[in-house]
Amino acid sequence: MEEVIDLSKLDKDFKYQVVREPGGEGLLSCFACGTCAASCPVREIDDRFNPRRLIRMAILGMKDRVLQDEFIYLCSGCYLCQERCPQDVGITELMTALRNIAVREGYLHPSFKAQLEFVYEFGRLYELTEFENKKRKKNGLPELNAVIDEVKTLLKEAGLSKFVEVKE
Amino acid sequence: MKYALFLGCTIPVRGQNYEISARRVAKELGIEFEDIKEFSCCGFPIKSIDKEAQLLISARNLAIAEERGLDIITLCNACTITLQEAKMELDGDEELKRKINEKLKKIGKEYKGTVKVRHFARFLYEDYTVDKIKEKVKKPLSNIKAAAHYGCHFIRPTEVYRDFDDPEHPESLDKLIEATGAKSPDYPDKQRCCGGGILGIKEEDALLMTKEKLDDIKEVGADCMISICPFCSIMYDGNQKKIEKTYETEYKIPVLYYPQLLGLALGISAEELGFKQNRVKAKKFLEKVEGNGS
Ligand code: SF4
Ligand code: SF4
Ligand code: SF4
Repeated sequence: MEEVIDLSKLDKDFKYQVVREPGGEGLLSCFACGTCAASCPVREIDDRFNPRRLIRMAILGMKDRVLQDEFIYLCSGCYLCQERCPQDVGITELMTALRNIAVREGYLHPSFKAQLEFVYEFGRLYELTEFENKKRKKNGLPELNAVIDEVKTLLKEAGLSKFVEVKE
Repeated sequence: MKYALFLGCTIPVRGQNYEISARRVAKELGIEFEDIKEFSCCGFPIKSIDKEAQLLISARNLAIAEERGLDIITLCNACTITLQEAKMELDGDEELKRKINEKLKKIGKEYKGTVKVRHFARFLYEDYTVDKIKEKVKKPLSNIKAAAHYGCHFIRPTEVYRDFDDPEHPESLDKLIEATGAKSPDYPDKQRCCGGGILGIKEEDALLMTKEKLDDIKEVGADCMISICPFCSIMYDGNQKKIEKTYETEYKIPVLYYPQLLGLALGISAEELGFKQNRVKAKKFLEKVEGNGS
């Protein structure tokens, strides 16, 4: 990060917002040892992604950068950093917390939005078409329900319908 | 004993060879599965959007198994971590459980906490046991080198899998492979993630992660790779050709689901184990298995 940090854009309360979020509780325990970055398989191939730096940014209050950059979506969820962190920061869960905050602030990554729409509509990540069910039968597998409606009810209950653009 | 088979989303559509072989092997070993049509997505894709919504979906699935008095057996690593973590969180937090159950009332369900969730491979390892598998093997695959790929969510995080395998130096899948008579070679960075988690976010990064492991497995001269998760197989099997093309290299490493390997050792035909659906063709591998004699 070569650019100068604009202090006026820092959100001093951001770190507390993260700590209150399920999964974000450990943020402030980080002492920047770098074990997570050294363990991260994504960082190994793409050094713009760096969990330690992301944590520093969150603690400093660089809210917009943290939530809008692609960083928080590049974590593949392997839990190696979380296993090795000497301070039990719970980094993988922290990524979830940050993603959840981003959604609540109105930003839903297109990839997650597409997944949400499928789960909302069908109760599954993939549409189980008649064709699929026929193929299953041919392979000696039981047919499955194409739609599980109760999932939609639950997602509505959780307030997620506003993100979904599907025909009712 | 009877178990509720939890398929999740990916397996019924994109991993039928896993489902076919798991069912066939279970039958051979006398493990009974019940199919529950009401099961939905485990909730995994929703976790990154809204943790509470994910818990609702996970708890609904758990509650459905509880109603029938059955424990759950999963095949997908992501389903396993999602359901087991949800159970851990709900069982450990009365207030959270009350909140989730309040919403489940809308659909007439209640999560109580009586159900147990186990990945099929873990079940075979811990409950069925490796010794018993060995007794059932009719055709030891002694000339086969099968490289284990555990997948992250089979053993990590420790918080969820506290009473199971080592999160960084696991041995359960290696032992399961060895039970078939095959060798399970060591190779560098065995714990490397398949990259599947970011396939939809940044494909080139994801495929590069996949490639690194394929390189390592090629290096040790394995005859095949063993997966226990449909996401991992999509990466190593489904995308192998694409990686070969992109990086102008060649692997031709068949990626088998563990029940496919076990099934062969139990004397079940490749046809009955869904090999036709493996993307990287296993013809040569199967010839080697045949040449093995008995
Ligand atoms: S390993 Fe833990 S303490 Fe060390 S930098 Fe990463 S989060 Fe901070
Ligand atoms: S969990 Fe995410 S941040 Fe941590 S090591 Fe794995 S990919 Fe990197
Ligand atoms: S983890 Fe994925 S594959 Fe497994 S059930 Fe959930 S959405 Fe489906």
